[in-house]
Amino acid sequence: MFSLFLEQLLNGLQSGVMLFLMASGLTLVFGVMGLINLAHGSLYMVGAFACAAVAAWTGSFWLGLVGSLMAAAIAGALVEMIVIRRLYARDHLDQVLATFALILIFSEGTRWLFGSFPLFLSVPDVLSGTVVMPGGFQYPIFRLAIIIAGLTVAIGLFLLIGKTRLGIRIRAGEADRGMIAALGVNIDRLYTIVFALGAALAGLAGAFVGTTQSVQVGMGEPVLILAFVVIVIGGIGSIKGALIGSLLVGFTDTMGRFLLPIGFEAFFDPASATAIGSALASMLIYIVMALVLFLRPSGLFGTEA
Amino acid sequence: MKGTKTTIAALAALLMAGTAHAEPLKVGMITTLSGGGAGLGIDARDGFMLAVKQANNPDLTVVIEDDQRKPDVAVQLADKMIQQEKVDVLTGIIWSNLAMAVVPSAVAQNKFYLSVNAAPSQLAGKGCNKNYFSVSYQNDNLHEAAGGYATSAGYGKTFVMAPNYPAGKDSISGFKRFYLGDVAGEVYTKLGQTDYAAEIAQIRASGADSVFFFLPGGMGIAFMKQYAQSGVGIPLIGPAFSLDQGILGAVGDAALGIKNTSNWSKDIDNATNKAFVETFQAEYGRLPSLYASYGFDTANLLLSAMGKADVKDQDAFRDALRAADFNSVRGKFIFGANQHPIQDIYVREVIKEGDVLTNKIVGTALIDHADAYASECVM
Repeated sequence: MFSLFLEQLLNGLQSGVMLFLMASGLTLVFGVMGLINLAHGSLYMVGAFACAAVAAWTGSFWLGLVGSLMAAAIAGALVEMIVIRRLYARDHLDQVLATFALILIFSEGTRWLFGSFPLFLSVPDVLSGTVVMPGGFQYPIFRLAIIIAGLTVAIGLFLLIGKTRLGIRIRAGEADRGMIAALGVNIDRLYTIVFALGAALAGLAGAFVGTTQSVQVGMGEPVLILAFVVIVIGGIGSIKGALIGSLLVGFTDTMGRFLLPIGFEAFFDPASATAIGSALASMLIYIVMALVLFLRPSGLFGTEA
Repeated sequence: MKGTKTTIAALAALLMAGTAHAEPLKVGMITTLSGGGAGLGIDARDGFMLAVKQANNPDLTVVIEDDQRKPDVAVQLADKMIQQEKVDVLTGIIWSNLAMAVVPSAVAQNKFYLSVNAAPSQLAGKGCNKNYFSVSYQNDNLHEAAGGYATSAGYGKTFVMAPNYPAGKDSISGFKRFYLGDVAGEVYTKLGQTDYAAEIAQIRASGADSVFFFLPGGMGIAFMKQYAQSGVGIPLIGPAFSLDQGILGAVGDAALGIKNTSNWSKDIDNATNKAFVETFQAEYGRLPSLYASYGFDTANLLLSAMGKADVKDQDAFRDALRAADFNSVRGKFIFGANQHPIQDIYVREVIKEGDVLTNKIVGTALIDHADAYASECVM
């Protein structure tokens, strides 16, 4: 039982880290540009399809991974230059409407290119199989690799934002857009870079997740909802909030699915315990979100509006 | 995004002269052609249209619309087809929730409905209707067969798993109806969930000797890939939905060896089925799926009834449908009293033919199987 508990903790961490890759881009774009981007899930889908297509074409998962980063970043940059740029001055409703249209365009465009059937994408041989973890349980190597890659990206992102010139500009852009433009920073280019960076992170998440799940049209939307939950919990615009929020959602979701049905068995017969437990487990992250919003209306690390 | 409208008027150069029933018949097909799950609707449509093309009957017109897997869209389309297009027969719906939104009102307006897939228990039991026919199955059938197979294969500790929605619960109760062993664990997952690490850990810890899972579409792909990566290795059993032709390619070798139950398989040995598989492959460049076979049978059933009676004479046409006088790709085909098929359900195993993953029949789970709700149906 204890090793099962440890394994579930690790699963929660892995799901949190994946969510962070999605949520960090979303929160960055919202924080710096004040833009609600519903099409973020489509960039995630672009990453997964690019990885699957390049991997099928070249036979190498690693080239697929590079392809996913590039495809998502390029798609992100193009979308920013062609569509998003016109929306900064508009209100959020216009942004929601335009980026929702982008979801439909991306979905049907992908279907037109790749067809309606899910694509195949599998774990590279080096990372397939399992290892025995401390605690005595077997754990898939690929999931461990995802955790390590995700944490590496998180550290890299913190260094980028905290220590580099680009990071300073991004933070400055968050604080006062007008001022940084007046200081001679090319704000258009900065926005394109931030958007492409967020897109690349989403694409990377898509490639990882596509490997363990399924690469299909419409895969981005469920994740997008979770990513919004994360940034609302963490505080909109905060990378640190996105990290803490992702881990909170990852752990809550995984442990809730695991522990709630077991907990209810103390009070009910097994059949209704699983039914009630799993029903409650699927609501749990939203309950957590509601609680966080009740206690801290602008999220855990959000600045007061 | 209003859905592509395709009107296929069968233009025949050779008209079968002198048939007594040359009255035109218009079919409205509402199916899922965009969004998630479009693969199923496209296959059902392609199977249906293949039979229509082969029959080359100038009196048959088919109108096809895309429901986007949304119940409200399906209802609007059905209203439009009944009121504006004046169709005689409706068909095509893949999902049970959409069927429940459309079928009861369509049959109440004296339209025939022939199901190519969805067959919820409500429409098989108390809610059955003389104008409603399910050509595919009743929703519980394949799950019941999986239970029967688990019992006959000697499994005594099966872990069962399905999404937490009505069809998922029906699936587990269908499985248990024919499964005599113990249940090692029972888990309801979130609908649309794609990460199964937590459930796989529970399966590993449960000490089960087999796992029954019902996870249609992307959920099943995700589960099977993760299950193979986890190295748990306890045998999997499922209904054919998770292991059908359209999905196998995306699952890859992780699907090899998995047993699944189906009322159709491409290796059912009869001439109609052989010709269907060959012509489907020639026409569309891919192997047919379960849904394609249902679409094909539905169209042939309809064509057989058209040859016998005029659709305007509803009683005669209904009798002609009930007779089911057509060559089914499943071999024999008969309707039970509630107008759902009574049929054999096979056990298939996922194998590799060259580079292509596909299914092969390895046994029969249930013979001449009717559904559990037929006795509640009063026409």
